[in-house]
Formats: sequence, C-alpha cells, structure tokens
Amino acid sequence: MSIFKSLMNTARRKSPWVFHANAGSCNGCDIEFLTCLTPRYDAEQLGIHHEGSPRHADIIVVSGPVTRTTCEALETVYGQVPDPKVVVALGSCPATCNVFAGSPTIVGPLDRVLPVDVYVPGCPPRPDAIIAGLAEAAAILAGDKPRPIHGAADRASSASDGQEA
Amino acid sequence: MSTLFTTIQLLVFPGLLYAFMAGFFMEWVQRKINARLQGRIGPPFYQPFFDFVKLLGKKPIERPPLQGFIMTALPAVSVVATLGAVAILPVLSADIGFPGDVILLVSLIEIGPLLAVLGGFASRSLWGGLGATREAVMTAAYNLPFLTALIALAWNSDLSISLLATTAPWHVRLLAMAAILLCLPAKLHLNPFSISSAEQEIYAGMTTEYDGPRLALWELAHALEWVALTGLFALLSVPLVGAADIWRVLVFIGVSLAVVVLLSVVAASTARLKLAQTARWFWLWGLLLAASALGLSLAGI
Repeated sequence: MSIFKSLMNTARRKSPWVFHANAGSCNGCDIEFLTCLTPRYDAEQLGIHHEGSPRHADIIVVSGPVTRTTCEALETVYGQVPDPKVVVALGSCPATCNVFAGSPTIVGPLDRVLPVDVYVPGCPPRPDAIIAGLAEAAAILAGDKPRPIHGAADRASSASDGQEA
Repeated sequence: MSTLFTTIQLLVFPGLLYAFMAGFFMEWVQRKINARLQGRIGPPFYQPFFDFVKLLGKKPIERPPLQGFIMTALPAVSVVATLGAVAILPVLSADIGFPGDVILLVSLIEIGPLLAVLGGFASRSLWGGLGATREAVMTAAYNLPFLTALIALAWNSDLSISLLATTAPWHVRLLAMAAILLCLPAKLHLNPFSISSAEQEIYAGMTTEYDGPRLALWELAHALEWVALTGLFALLSVPLVGAADIWRVLVFIGVSLAVVVLLSVVAASTARLKLAQTARWFWLWGLLLAASALGLSLAGI
C-alpha cells in the first residue's frame, strides 16, 4: 500500500499540469508565464504542462487583481479542477491588488475568493521565480510540504483536500 | 503449448507488457524530439508514465450517473480494443495468424477513433463536440486511402497479415506502404493533421471535459494506438520470411521506432492544416497512391 502511495506522490511531484486564469491582469504576468514554456526556461523538464482545459489541470495559476466580472468565473474554474489541486497567485496583483487597491471594481486580493497556497510576488515576477513557485506547488501536491492554513471560509475545502490525499 | 504461447503473446509480447512500455516510450520519444527541435531539453523519459499515474490518482468530478458511466466506458473500451489490435500482430514466427485477421485488426484499430467521436459528443461540451466533428470528418478523409491501400495489398493473399506483405509484388507494396505512411500522422493526431485535438485552438478537443482516470484512459488508448499503427507498418514494410524470432522482434521494434522518429520530426517541423485542406490532401495524393496500387494489383502487373 505504501509503495502505491509513494508512487502516486512521485507522480504528482513530477507531473504538475497548469491551467492559467487571467483575473483582470495587465498581461505582464501572462507574458512572463508563457516565457517559462519557451526554450530558455523550458518548464517541461519538470513535467510542467500548460493545459487548455481546467479539467486536466493540477495547478491553477491566477494573475490579476480579481475584478468583479472575473470573480464568478474564477470560482467556476476552481470547481472544475479535480482534487487534489493547488492555487498559485502570480504577481503582486492577486496578492495585494497592487496599484489597483481600493478600486470599486476590484473584489481582490485573491485570497478572498480562492484558498491561495503559493504566492509568487513581483510586478511582473521573473520566469525563474514562477518556475520555483510551480515547483513549490508540485511539492504541496506530493505532500512534501504542508498546505498553508487558510481562512475560516476555506477551512472546509482544505479539510476535504486532506481526506483525499 | 499452443495455449501457453497464445497467453504469452497476449500478456507479454506483443501484448500487454510490451504494448504499455512501448506506448509510453513512443509518446516520450515524440515529446522529446519535439522539444529538441524547438531548442528545448524536453521531458525525462518517465514523463508519460508519471502523467498516467497522476491522472489515475485524481478524484473525478461528480456527473449524472449515466453520463459518468458512458464517459468511463468509452475510453475503457477504446483501450481494450487497441490493446487487442497490438496483441494480434503476428510478430513471432510460430504465429502465422489466421485467414481474415487483417479485417479483425483494421476493425479493432478503427474502434478507437469511433469511440473518440462518441466520447466527444457524450461529454456535452461545445469543444468536445467540435473536436468530435472534426475527428469524424478526418476519419472519412484518411480512411479512404488507408483502406484502399490495405485492399491493394490483400487482393492476392487470403486476408492474413503475415501473407499480406509477402504475396504482393514490390511495386504494389511500395505504393501501398507510401499511402499508409501518409495516413499515420492523421491517425495519431500529429501535425500537420492535429486538427481534431488542436491544442489551445479548441482547448483539448474531444477530451476537454474528461478528467482524472477518464482522461488517463484516453491517454493510454492514444499511447497504444502508437504501438498498433507503427507495428502494423513495421510488419507490412519489412516482412522477414524464415528469420529467427530474435531478429523478427528486433526488426519489428526497430522499424516501429524509426517510424515514430520520422513522424515526430515531420510533426515538429510543420504547422496545422485546415480541415478542408486535409480532406483534399488525402483524397487527392493519398488516394492517388492507394488507387494506383489497387489498379496494379487488380491488373495483376
């Protein structure tokens, strides 16, 4: 039984598939994210695969300060990703709303909407930092690193994550 | 003896064990060559296997019971059918197949695309339906030259794979094998014919709504399609009469891998065609090759 469990954990560490959601980003982070897949950084060496469908993904990468129009779509996409899953906040916007803080059209930061597991700060972050963040997310999937404690609203979902792992 | 031999054939070579290992390996070769030709390093060799294991360990999303059943059954049947196609390839010398096994082989190979079309529609997704429609049109496009070429080869033999490659004269074989090789990238959803599974263009095509273990089964079926189609090509193109088993196995694996490398290089260096261009390509150039092979075969030249 433990052999199967360690095989599964290795597979989760080696094969993180990423879905990228833009929640009102200025496209700076999105461009840096795509740079990770190009020959210079080549994230496929770590098994990172950019998926078009959230059903296939393990990691949801969110960029942008979560505007009012994207908030509902983000929740839908989060529900479409099968468990176990990890949320990565890409850039300063989902972490703090950055220069958009206080705007009436912003719902963010992201942790008010989704349980964020990994933050990759920067405006935009360097591709090296994004790959390091994705590797950390893969470590959380594999159980190498503990999942951060989320707020009271997310406690139910993180408890159910624990049962499946 | 005969039962033992058949069991080994089904479970070890060229059946279950070989088909799984070769399928994952061929997927890796394709991804690695694609990466190297793009100037990247690419995934490590265990990548397709770990992708498969990881997908098996994911918790599928709740669906209505009937839809969930259909979406699990279709890829599962596709895996079984394609595995059957690999297992009846007559690689070893003691196995001469049986009259009509080429019909069984073709029908088992064709079950995969048929179920993929059904699976795309069964997922009730716009993108799944779009991918399924494209796959259905593609099937009509590439199967015309593919089946014509097989008929040209089979005309003078009694429809058995081991006789197919040896009885037809060499010029018929040359034309027919060229037509079959032309159809392989379309059957494997590779560039320039990656229309039905067009990544990022229609998301993931037929498999858009499939998650976790269901997606893993589709991936496995696709890996097995690699083994079945390249294996069929290897058997038909390099027939070994009276050779020892070890040579038959080595040549079978070697030619299969050479075809994988060729298809991967073509896929990495071409861009995706449109659906109408693909249909025209197969019905003109593919059919030209296959029909001339059939004409020569019928005329007995």
